[in-house]
Amino acid sequence: MQSVTQRLANPTRFMELSGRLLPWVSGAAALIIGYGLYLSFFVAPPDYQQGETVRIMFIHVPCAWLAMWGYGLIAISAFGLLVFRHPLADVSAKAAAPLGAAFTFLALVTGSLWGRPTWGTYWVWDARLTSVLILFFLYLGLIALRSSIEDETVASKLTAVLALVGIVMLPIIKFSVEWGNTLHQPSSVLKIGGPTIDPSILTPLLVMALGFTVLFIAMHLKAMRNEILRRRVKALQLAEVERVQAGHLAAAE
Amino acid sequence: MDLGPHAAFIWASYGILVAVLAGLIAWLVLDGRMLERRLADFAARGITRRSAAKPSNPQS
Repeated sequence: MQSVTQRLANPTRFMELSGRLLPWVSGAAALIIGYGLYLSFFVAPPDYQQGETVRIMFIHVPCAWLAMWGYGLIAISAFGLLVFRHPLADVSAKAAAPLGAAFTFLALVTGSLWGRPTWGTYWVWDARLTSVLILFFLYLGLIALRSSIEDETVASKLTAVLALVGIVMLPIIKFSVEWGNTLHQPSSVLKIGGPTIDPSILTPLLVMALGFTVLFIAMHLKAMRNEILRRRVKALQLAEVERVQAGHLAAAE
Repeated sequence: MDLGPHAAFIWASYGILVAVLAGLIAWLVLDGRMLERRLADFAARGITRRSAAKPSNPQS
């Protein structure tokens, strides 16, 4: 009896399954985000302190969560590669890196645009903002390290090691708002004792977070499919070169 | 829709989000199409993967 991960370890089987799933996941993401936008702009009231700028929270917080969860996914994939040698683990890690970097970038930019009217400044070098900026550079480092090494096997192992080392950033980001002086508000959704946000604002936030998460899953599936296709193209290019070389050798003899 | 005196910050946030996500989705779709075209080109020239050529062999 094979486990789900063992059955999905076959790239061909993964391509078949993901090909069937992708339209449904993409459609679900579009519907949930559409509903979330409706709630965000037409149902949620202005915040009693922040006014209309609270609507930036509906995109900033999901982006920030996905920035961290994306890195968690890369770290789990890296662990799967180094420990279990799962054939799709490296494909998953490589596919998630640009997506995680994009969501981290969006968290930084939307946070900055939210900070100006709320705090009076676009940026402060406090623990939360600085640690998220470091996470963004870590993503870029993973992408740069992989693309700088031609040997795919060596590149995958080195980036996996860096990804596992970098996971230390996740608790630093999570607890940075509690460890020092910061303009950033403390956790108000994922906290012991439950959320402290009013349901009229919490509901659109959670719907948007769900929609963005499903969108991330859809994009990750598509990026993994592309990576598998890229590796097939590379293998065929090598096979073609070998065939041509064999032909030249045969002609020379 | 009146978003108050800070409407520009709200619209800028959503605008940048849409631009980045649209760019990502377009990159993923176009990259996938380009790779499928290249694989089809190899297949047209008779160069195929062993596993694709022998679907009956579960070990390949």
